[in-house]
Amino acid sequence: MKYRYEVPGDDFSLAGKASTEVKHILNQLGVDPVTVKRTSVAMYEAEINMAIHAGGGVAEADISPERILITMTDTGPGIPDIELAMKEGYSTAPEWIREMGFGAGMGLPNMKRNADELKIESVVGKGTKVSIMIKLNLGAKPQPGTEPDPGAAGGSR
Amino acid sequence: MTVARIVELLDAKVLTGEEQLGLEVSSACGADLMSDVMAFVKEKVVLLTGLMNPQSIRTADLLDISVIIFVRGKKPTEEMLELARQSRMTVLSTKYSMFLACGRLYEAGLHGGGTRIIE
Repeated sequence: MKYRYEVPGDDFSLAGKASTEVKHILNQLGVDPVTVKRTSVAMYEAEINMAIHAGGGVAEADISPERILITMTDTGPGIPDIELAMKEGYSTAPEWIREMGFGAGMGLPNMKRNADELKIESVVGKGTKVSIMIKLNLGAKPQPGTEPDPGAAGGSR
Repeated sequence: MTVARIVELLDAKVLTGEEQLGLEVSSACGADLMSDVMAFVKEKVVLLTGLMNPQSIRTADLLDISVIIFVRGKKPTEEMLELARQSRMTVLSTKYSMFLACGRLYEAGLHGGGTRIIE
């Protein structure tokens, strides 16, 4: 199952909407709460980053019984030094973002902590692609009747 | 400790989610930075915050936090309350500062826990 969401870059209050919808889909699929939480946090931080630094972008979630793959693609300024950006406490966020409750340099570390695999590809001046893979175990115990309604998810294409 | 007891201790207003006043809670987290909440909260907690934008509600929702307390007498917007209602969250507002609100709850037996150990 594939879902695609546009993340706006001009309305910070909407950042997190895609993550909330993916969370509901995983809940409907019967994914265990810990995994749902890990996925939600990793995707939400990526979504916030995209809204803050890149002027928005596209979030995609690809769900199979074994894993969920979240791909966040933007055409923002890129990350010059990914290793530095991964350090807890390192942030280039402007002051107003701190006032919004973010920009403490915890975003990428939070993604790494929650993802089974995290891949960041970035070209300065071109954009950034963040791929987050989290293992699922849906094949083991089928949950009849819990298929999510793609129409209700809102963001599916 | 029940949510009703928290309301009493903090002289708080219940802005939405009155149906959860009987809910038992065992730990709390006070923070204005949502990335910190996401970095450290592990279990279901009560969130005390002064962050007055929809991201506080979204963060709580993503972490399955069902009770959020706005400190320093801040009043959330209708947009925020609507988000909270959709997530069946209880929203309280207290005139106490973050320090005093946390202190009152701690003194009454609501201790920490529910967060990751910080090395």
